[in-house]
Amino acid sequence: MSARDAILTRLRANRPAGDFPLPEVPTFAPLVGDDLVAGFSERLGRMGGRVERAGGPADPFAPVRPRLDRATVIASAVPEFSGNRDLATVRKPADLADVDAAVVRARFGVAETGSVLFTEGDLIVNAVAYLAQHLIVLLDPADIVVDIQAAYRRSEFGQAAYAVLHTGPSATADIEGVLIHGAQGVRSLTVLLLPRKERAA
Amino acid sequence: MSADDLTPRRTGDVLHREVRAPSDESERGPGGERLQHAEAASKPIRADAPREPQPRGARVRGNRPIDQAEAAERFLAAPMHQKAHDERLWDVRRKRDVAAHGIPEWEELRELASRIKTHTLTHLDRYLEQFEAAAEANGVHVHWAEDGAAHNRIVLDILKRHGARSLVKSKSMLTEECGFRHFMAAHDIDVIETDLGERIQQLDEEEPSHVVMPAVHKTRLDVADVFARTLGTDPDNDDAHYLAESQRETTRPLILKADAGLTGCNFAIAETGTVVTCTNEGNADLSGNVPPLQIHSIGIEKLLPRVEHLGVFIRLLSRSALGSPITQYTSHFRKPRTGSEMHFVLVDNGRSERLAMEEFWTSLKCIRCGACMNTCPVYRRSGGLSYGATYSGPIGLIIDPTFDKRKYSTLPFSSTMNGSCTNVCPVKINIHEQIFAWRRVLAEEHRIPLLKQGMMKAAGAVLSRPAAYRAAIQTADSALRVLPRFAVYNPANTWGKKREMPHAPRQSFHAWYRQNRMKKETDA
Ligand code: SF4
Repeated sequence: MSARDAILTRLRANRPAGDFPLPEVPTFAPLVGDDLVAGFSERLGRMGGRVERAGGPADPFAPVRPRLDRATVIASAVPEFSGNRDLATVRKPADLADVDAAVVRARFGVAETGSVLFTEGDLIVNAVAYLAQHLIVLLDPADIVVDIQAAYRRSEFGQAAYAVLHTGPSATADIEGVLIHGAQGVRSLTVLLLPRKERAA
Repeated sequence: MSADDLTPRRTGDVLHREVRAPSDESERGPGGERLQHAEAASKPIRADAPREPQPRGARVRGNRPIDQAEAAERFLAAPMHQKAHDERLWDVRRKRDVAAHGIPEWEELRELASRIKTHTLTHLDRYLEQFEAAAEANGVHVHWAEDGAAHNRIVLDILKRHGARSLVKSKSMLTEECGFRHFMAAHDIDVIETDLGERIQQLDEEEPSHVVMPAVHKTRLDVADVFARTLGTDPDNDDAHYLAESQRETTRPLILKADAGLTGCNFAIAETGTVVTCTNEGNADLSGNVPPLQIHSIGIEKLLPRVEHLGVFIRLLSRSALGSPITQYTSHFRKPRTGSEMHFVLVDNGRSERLAMEEFWTSLKCIRCGACMNTCPVYRRSGGLSYGATYSGPIGLIIDPTFDKRKYSTLPFSSTMNGSCTNVCPVKINIHEQIFAWRRVLAEEHRIPLLKQGMMKAAGAVLSRPAAYRAAIQTADSALRVLPRFAVYNPANTWGKKREMPHAPRQSFHAWYRQNRMKKETDA
């Protein structure tokens, strides 16, 4: 018998007696108030991320300019900003090791936790969100859902090859509980609240 | 784009020198307040005290019964380590309380999680078949492993077929269970841990001591020693930022050139064929997204029916573990990246047998949050390595004997039976009752070595203690903080040494047993 069949046979034979139906998952009242942007910002802040409102029409990126100006290699996955590393031509993910800052757009945000969601389509090369030193995330305030339950009702989880919730930068406290950002992945995560624009033709 | 663009820029020997500026304080928020997410402590634990060698874990000799008390004694004899460990875990436990109290439906979530798990485990054959079919439809290769050895062989096979020689790994207790690292070392495959805590443990040739915080038993001085020895860091620099940065800089090149990546699995979704990992460092995402070959090791008990159920478990997991609302990264791997291969290895390793154990099968619900360890007075005072097993603390006491009844026959006695583990468990496993059930099983089967047969009588006293101290102490919180004082039941009991002796037990072992059995029957 194959391992598969042996395991399945044992599971059937060893099944505990009784009737154990799958419970319905009710919808719980949200933990955040009506102002989802405020809830999102406050919670992301607690998780080590930063939230900025976009600058004026002349330069929506003004609040993150200092960060971008310090960067030599910038990879952008958004039409609103052109970097100097073209993600579409990356041969292997490891080639992104020298990226100083990456600019990406989140599918949506989650107010309950301050998380943002990316799929492989948003990142173009998934690894850029971990190998870059700093991450700048565009988020349309209209794209914030209230809580984790609502997030899991979104279609991305059944459709995307890869879907990831980021809640602040990479973090560790493995050495005596001292919190350190930039354990393995990005050292900082800044969300820039910037409404979506139609993709340039 | 010039060729230079593809070469990492270096300043001296590190990529980003500026972050090596010494600082021994945790990150602060925009308002200057100390941030508390991940497993951060509420205050830095200064290790200004004189150096104290790190106490090592239990002495493992074949499958001879582990003497947890002996190892605990050595841990207690290292006051700096013992205190840091105890305080750190208590801090995390308190954060868990704050997080739990912040959700009105917390108890309802625990109940739901428990019932979803009960349903899934009693229909696991169906959900595994569904998961396999979904994964295969997504282009994933699915493998089945009866035990740890089979898991290791399967992974080795995949690696060989790809000519892979190095593998980056994201922390996985399942692979610890399988002895994966040692097996791969014997086959000339370099396995590199990517989680900082796990990397510390790997470099120090120790197992993880905690399911969430693998190196929690080490002080910064211990880490400085390990890194000086293995990574060539400055032995006199024990700044946590410096140490973490050194690890980042030395591990990253290994991640970049690894041939394969392997991650564990927190949840697997039958409906979509998705593997979910929860990390704070993003190391599962590096392991899954950088190397050209991607492998996920999945314990068969990790299945959940549908995506919507993640809403329940994700809300419970990190809050129970560290008190944060979610881990920094919650990652859902479903299909291979273009041009790469993805493999799932479904591992049984005793789980299907455990399902038949009437009193112990619900331990399969465990989501490895570590809350029961953080709250356990014995664990906090003796360190995870004292158990000499992959799983330590309260949950370890239940599942270790299912792996080896002789070797782990003494572990169910490493408990004060205060029931706190049961109270914090997000999936409502009746942990302390199962620990007690093991004591009975082991006694009936005469698995208890002579030394512990004396303890069995003494156990009568310890079993009566919860009632006694609950009667004396108003809140569980204040009782637990000082619990070891109350946990004394035997002059030979290590955790209670040099502490007050208890009052006489109010109940006999048998009275306690009857009362609790009866209670369990009415509950059922
Ligand atoms: S037994 Fe419960 S509390 Fe302990 S690690 Fe498992 S899920 Fe967490």
